[in-house]
Amino acid sequence: MAKGEPLLVLDHVTMKFGGLVAVDDFTNEVREGEILGLIGPNGAGKTTVFNVVTGIYYPTSGRIIFDGIDITPLKPHQITHLGIARTFQNIRLFQDMTVLENVMVAQHHSISNPDGDRILKMNGKKPKMNGKFWFWRSVLKLGYMDMEKKMREEALNLLEKVGLASLAYEKASALPYGQQRKLEIARALATEPKIILLDEPAAGMNPKETEELMDFIKRIRDEFDLTVFLIEHDMKVVMGICERIIVMDYGRIISEGTAKEVQNDPKVIEAYLGKEWEVI
Amino acid sequence: MDRRLSTKTKVILTLLVIIVVAFLLHLADKHMDAYKLRILNLIAIYGIMALSLNLINGITGIFSLGHAGFILIGAYTAALLTLSPEQKEMSFIIQPIVPWLAHLHTNFLFATLAGGLLAAFAAFLVGWPVLRLSGDYLAIASLGFAEVIRVVALNAISITNGPLGLKAIPEYTNVWWAYGWLLVTLLFIGSLVSSSYGRALKAIREDRIAAEEMGINVFKHQLLSFVVGGFFAGVSGSLYAHWLTTIDPRLTTLGPMLTFYILIMIVLGGLGSISGSLIGAALFAILVEWLRNLEEPFKLFGVIQTNGLPKGSRILVISAIFVAIMIFWQRGIMGRNEITWDNLYRWFSRLRRGEKNG
Amino acid sequence: MNITFLVQNTFNGIMLGGLYALIAVGYTMVYGILRLINFAHGDVMMMGVYFAFYFAVLTKSNVVIAFIVAVLGAALLGFLIDNVAYKPLRNAPRISALITAIGVSFFLESFAVVVFGAIPKPFTSIFKSQTLLMKVLNVGGARIPVLTFLVIGITAVIFVFLFLIVYKTKIGMAMRAISADIPTTSLMGVNVNFVISFTFALGSALAAASGLMWSMRYPNVFPYMGFMPGMKAFIAAVFGGIGSIPGAMLGGLLLGLIEIFIPAYFQSMMMYRDALAFIILIVILLVKPSGLLGKKAVEKV
Repeated sequence: MAKGEPLLVLDHVTMKFGGLVAVDDFTNEVREGEILGLIGPNGAGKTTVFNVVTGIYYPTSGRIIFDGIDITPLKPHQITHLGIARTFQNIRLFQDMTVLENVMVAQHHSISNPDGDRILKMNGKKPKMNGKFWFWRSVLKLGYMDMEKKMREEALNLLEKVGLASLAYEKASALPYGQQRKLEIARALATEPKIILLDEPAAGMNPKETEELMDFIKRIRDEFDLTVFLIEHDMKVVMGICERIIVMDYGRIISEGTAKEVQNDPKVIEAYLGKEWEVI
Repeated sequence: MDRRLSTKTKVILTLLVIIVVAFLLHLADKHMDAYKLRILNLIAIYGIMALSLNLINGITGIFSLGHAGFILIGAYTAALLTLSPEQKEMSFIIQPIVPWLAHLHTNFLFATLAGGLLAAFAAFLVGWPVLRLSGDYLAIASLGFAEVIRVVALNAISITNGPLGLKAIPEYTNVWWAYGWLLVTLLFIGSLVSSSYGRALKAIREDRIAAEEMGINVFKHQLLSFVVGGFFAGVSGSLYAHWLTTIDPRLTTLGPMLTFYILIMIVLGGLGSISGSLIGAALFAILVEWLRNLEEPFKLFGVIQTNGLPKGSRILVISAIFVAIMIFWQRGIMGRNEITWDNLYRWFSRLRRGEKNG
Repeated sequence: MNITFLVQNTFNGIMLGGLYALIAVGYTMVYGILRLINFAHGDVMMMGVYFAFYFAVLTKSNVVIAFIVAVLGAALLGFLIDNVAYKPLRNAPRISALITAIGVSFFLESFAVVVFGAIPKPFTSIFKSQTLLMKVLNVGGARIPVLTFLVIGITAVIFVFLFLIVYKTKIGMAMRAISADIPTTSLMGVNVNFVISFTFALGSALAAASGLMWSMRYPNVFPYMGFMPGMKAFIAAVFGGIGSIPGAMLGGLLLGLIEIFIPAYFQSMMMYRDALAFIILIVILLVKPSGLLGKKAVEKV
């Protein structure tokens, strides 16, 4: 797929919880290779968009197409296998496991996800699993140790690239906050995604850490050939790295365009008035 | 820094330990009295029960209370296969045994395997609906299924002999069978837990949603853990039946009480620790036997003669200890740590360096 | 099937259901506040029955006095259990609290084995005259024991009192507030721990009341007698929607009726009566996990 082509398409997606419409007729796309920002006041429905894309909720109506495959009815583990990875707004690491183990968990689907492979094959794409019967092979140690070694090396390699290698054997819970955010991104990268959804990656970071994070996001985009879709409240991050921005309010898209364009959109100013606008 | 031994060293060390333990068991088998030998075997049986429940509850974080149901299935299946046709004809006095079972007769190994497989199949069937629930609902539903299994055993008289139970089961469970199966269980579950699959199971325990979003089919993995646990529960059931020699579907022998006993073992040893399960099982077996003395006449402080405490006191003591552990010492003996060669190596080298520096 | 049969079973079902409902209320109130399945609840009921039995036997006093003592004793026991075993674990993972509850249940059962003995005791022996218990009324051809009317009547009165407490008193209001939001309620100056203890005491008293009536109908008193009714009452609470008191009543009644009617019409199900409740549990949890009258909860991601 060429740069700039739509990679993830949301087509009239609506998500209702009882009477509450969290996402209302959301139609837009994420283009291959771009860094797209999703902003809006609290409760605008941004995280719900991520949850619908990754299969935590099934949308009430509408369709979601990823890389030419309709992923609307798929389960989270299948969607991840196809190449969508995410981080969470409130860090959800496997706290009692080491940094290395956290990353290696994310590699597991490459030996255990026939469900995802089936979808790939049905759509004429190359399956991603490395062989079959890995449960028995891992318990009876039939050719498993080589696989384990390979996964381990790849994981350490990845940690090296994101600068967490020295902490590989620490418990995730022992990491400082900023590093935990970084580990969440590393873990998402370990699933070998085409697109990564970052849910408020700069939340709780100081200005210096935020600065680093912005470079980091740009760097991983280039190094891993990624598309980035991020939710952020810190306008410095959004305006600094996002090539395109979508603004949501009350579940609807109210504006879309470059940083300049949305900044000057009166509807955006109205939505933010007296809230976070003064941050910029 | 991660200090690790080479795989080869670890394999050799493990083999050495197995040989030493086997030799010790051989000595025990030759020289211990029959009563102590029975307790020794019970430790292995409890060990298998605790390991299999800890895989489900501690490692995967599925709070199942249905273990006794799977043990019951293993126990009945195996016992019905090792009982001789004549013995079966004699025992079934309320209703004759169904014809196809009457003449089915196999050796202990096959009977145990059959018990394990049938229990695994039951775990598969039970897991299908139960694993869709979460947390405490799952606990109650699994307990409920175990009760359903027990009620069926109580009423399917032409298969199980109902409330009379099965008697005169050959006492096949000896040191070799018990510890042989314990070794198989330990290797299987240990190997599983230390593999990529084990990491996935722990990830599910830590955060189900995050695990799902990292590409893990949570339901399938939970079911896998449930079925493996069910298989070894069935195996332990067979060993238990051929240790008890009499089984019946009462509340206390193969009912919820047994599940609670196993729960005590794994909580004592540490929920989520394989080595802890073994320690917990051994401690529990020894403690229960030691407390038996309380119920016999004994001399308090070597002077005051007492008649012993009333029957059941040891269970009361154990349950009090259990509650106390939960309130004051939730991590148990091992927490989630393991005794592995790498950990021992690290510990020893730290000890050595400490000596040098000090 | 004829009408007499129907009437007879309906009365039996309502009676059994009412008894389940009384126990279920205790589960539902505690779960609503602490999200804890108080596993020991059925055993508190058992202890209540033993209290009455031994008080009547040892003091040779009137059954009514024994019953009042038993209900108060159970309330005290519930209060103690909460303070000793559950309070230290308020901030621990929910599963730890559940394991502790199992431990408490196990403790109470072993306690009863040691102190009261494992051999079943005949409960009705404490009644000086058994004529009232044995008396049978003829309702349109159906023969209904007076006991059935008595139990249904007392249950109804207890429920009226319960509703008055929960919906008309200050402490009831505090209970409802806590089940909605503990931190906010404590900010409002409510003594949360006291209200939780009160909830345990109230639930335990109701369970004991149910246990006493249960034992008049099924007069076998033994240490494990609380296990099955306890489990079933929990199922009833889930059935009706856990956290909801009307739900517990409805769930209890329905479960009682189902347990009486299904075996009555399908004789072969008789032996599997105890399994029926668990099957209902699985089905309701799969189809409508929030129960008949419960509120739906959405998991926050």
